Amino acid sequence: MVELTDVTKYYGRKRALGPVSFEIDRGNTVGFLGLNGVGKTTLLKILACGLRPSSGTVTVDGFDVLRDPHEVRKRVGYLPELPPVYGDMPVSDYLTFVGQLKGMSRERVARRVPEVEEYARISEVRDMPTRHLSQGYRQRVGVAQAIIHEPELLILDEPTHDLDPVQIMEMRGMIRRLKDSHTILISSHILPEISETCDRLLILNDGVIIASGTEAELGEKLLMSRHMAVTVRAAGDGARAPRDVIAAVPGVTGVERAGDTERSSGDADATTYHVEGEADLRAAVCRALIEAGHDVLTLRRAERELERVFVGLVGGARA
Amino acid sequence: MRTGATGIIFRREFQAYVRSPMGYIVAAVVLLLDGLLFYSTALGPDAGELLSGEVLRVFFYFASGLTSIAAVALSVRLIAEERQTGTQLLLDTSPIRDWEIVLGKFLSALAFLSVITLATLYMPLLILVNGKIAVGHILIGYLGLILLGGAVLSIGVFATALTRHQLVAVAVAAVITGVMFLLWQLSQIVGSPLSRVFAALAIHGRHFNGFMAGLLHLRDVVYYVALTYFFLFAATRVMEAKRWE
Repeated sequence: MVELTDVTKYYGRKRALGPVSFEIDRGNTVGFLGLNGVGKTTLLKILACGLRPSSGTVTVDGFDVLRDPHEVRKRVGYLPELPPVYGDMPVSDYLTFVGQLKGMSRERVARRVPEVEEYARISEVRDMPTRHLSQGYRQRVGVAQAIIHEPELLILDEPTHDLDPVQIMEMRGMIRRLKDSHTILISSHILPEISETCDRLLILNDGVIIASGTEAELGEKLLMSRHMAVTVRAAGDGARAPRDVIAAVPGVTGVERAGDTERSSGDADATTYHVEGEADLRAAVCRALIEAGHDVLTLRRAERELERVFVGLVGGARA
Repeated sequence: MRTGATGIIFRREFQAYVRSPMGYIVAAVVLLLDGLLFYSTALGPDAGELLSGEVLRVFFYFASGLTSIAAVALSVRLIAEERQTGTQLLLDTSPIRDWEIVLGKFLSALAFLSVITLATLYMPLLILVNGKIAVGHILIGYLGLILLGGAVLSIGVFATALTRHQLVAVAVAAVITGVMFLLWQLSQIVGSPLSRVFAALAIHGRHFNGFMAGLLHLRDVVYYVALTYFFLFAATRVMEAKRWE
């Protein structure tokens, strides 16, 4: 569906992107992950035919973005970081305008506008000028304009930008529903947005892709150590300290007591330890603690594991 | 049926003028000043003993200046505002051509300017009822105003294509338009052959005098159409260059 070969983008002498090469299959949902300013928006703009690459080739559904830009534009729905809405236009008028811009017939636009309004849950504000809408509604209108012409490729640049937690959940739900019918590219610098909605991740740093794969692959292949959190109620006097027991398990490379905010609030005697290991050592750590007489209250792979991968990768690349 | 891209842009932009206070402010100021100038020329205590045809000529003279100012005011938002608010990205990533965007925006501004201009029609009609003038004089005068307005609008469209800042666009459009007005005055000062070149290029003077007097010269019509085409073409090229930036 999407193919990039040695694509670069320079602004003057400054390299903003590349060289990057990758392919995305039809029906996939791919996340571009990276800190601000690493080239995510540049890459997505190139794919949406809003920016000319300095070198390399980009094809969407077999059409080259430079040779057949209009064919590509017909097949792409694009939501920039800030939804491109006209403040003076009521929502329905705006969606009609966008549909016509995308080359749809009047009849098809008339059929699609109520459909996408319902899909994006903006029917109740259809007659309101977009300048009176909250950020959440504006973002939904932005998604509606991106899908109105039923594009094969949907490009969403930071779709949860400036949304509150409830709106973020709604946006995630909307993206999940879109996965069935579109190839989707999403950019974000917030990991949960990417990890929860994407089949595959591409991690960008300084304009180049430094890692790619599924969340599990990135975790398994790229993380040099595994991380878990274990909450323990220590045995009475005479038993070895839980920290020492954990540290003695073969493969454990580090044990750290959690801060106060992470301690179990329901049990004053409980202590949480963060454990680093060379593999998944949950079973071995659990067994060792129980054999030493301690109670294991919870044991889990640490949350935000992907975040650690991401920070590690970016940090490593920058070092 | 698919609507043409120029028509889509035209409708959106014309509605933007109707929906925004800016369109009404420009219309109100132009109509007020036109009315005051007409009153002082034709009806006021200081109005001299002028023939009806002369009063109409003076009316078109004042109206040409106000139409030009209104044209600059109406045009400078057309593209700069899109860049400022981020909606240009929607146009850039849609399957429409740059000339369709430029033409649609130009025609919408021309239509709105024509509405404002034609709203002054009651003044020439007063002269027609109370004096002796030909209907053709009125029609030719208004044709001249719309041609001149269109030419200045095209300069404004060119200026607004250059920048995302509306104030910069106003300044660029005002300077180009001002210079093109001044060329007529300069042509009276400098010697030949420069004076002939300046007179031929001037946006007012030689090319508008005929319309003010009710005389239609093909030469003048061609001049305004060519000038409009030139600046719209330049605006399109600027848009093409900036579309991929």
